[in-house]
Amino acid sequence: MSFRDITQIAGSAMAAQSVRLNTVASNLANAQSAASTEAQTYHARKPVFAAMVDSSRDLTGSRVQVLDVVESQEPLRKVYEPDNPLANEEGIVFYPNVNPVAEMTDMMSASRAFETNVEVMQRVKSMQQSLLKLGEG
Amino acid sequence: MGINFVKALGVHPDALELRAERTKVLASNIANESTPGYKARDLDFAATLKQMQDDGDNGLALDDGVNAKYRIPYHPTRDGNTVELGVEQAAFSQNASDFQTSLTFVGMKIKGLAKAIGGQ
Repeated sequence: MSFRDITQIAGSAMAAQSVRLNTVASNLANAQSAASTEAQTYHARKPVFAAMVDSSRDLTGSRVQVLDVVESQEPLRKVYEPDNPLANEEGIVFYPNVNPVAEMTDMMSASRAFETNVEVMQRVKSMQQSLLKLGEG
Repeated sequence: MGINFVKALGVHPDALELRAERTKVLASNIANESTPGYKARDLDFAATLKQMQDDGDNGLALDDGVNAKYRIPYHPTRDGNTVELGVEQAAFSQNASDFQTSLTFVGMKIKGLAKAIGGQ
């Protein structure tokens, strides 16, 4: 029986989804963090998920791992705000390339995925418990 | 004439083990729901069960992954991920119920054996 593996798989997915939620929170929190140069400006962060294929064990189940968190390369928002203290000589302020709508949908997707994995764990737990009660009564 | 326990329990212990293994495959599909390029898989239940019974008591030999087949998605996605959450959730839920069914069958068999041993 492979209940331990299942718990690990669901657990890895929950960890990965919380990393995703973490980046969403960070992106949304910094959506209005202005800066005077492009390099200093906050860039939206995105996690990169990958299936952990451990061919030495068996091929049927694979955990999730967060390979990396990358910064989005989309263009930053340039806004003309000469009275902003962070404005450069031309009066331009750089705002992060965070898309709040995309972040909100990403957040919903991540929390649903997290919940699904919690559900998987609960089901596996009840399966395991009823297996332990086999032959009773 | 003695009681052969393996024979008496029939197909159910094998089915139970296979259901548990399938839970793992489906849990892995659900876990990798947002992994780019991940290909959803499922076990060929009939083929694997037949193989298990032909092999005798060697248990489950899935290491070669022969009977873990790739699922054909209803809708292709840009990132190459073939997990469709609704499909996987339905399969997982059905599989959990089937597990309980197999478990009930094994339980009933064991009760029957206990009665036979007790001479009732």
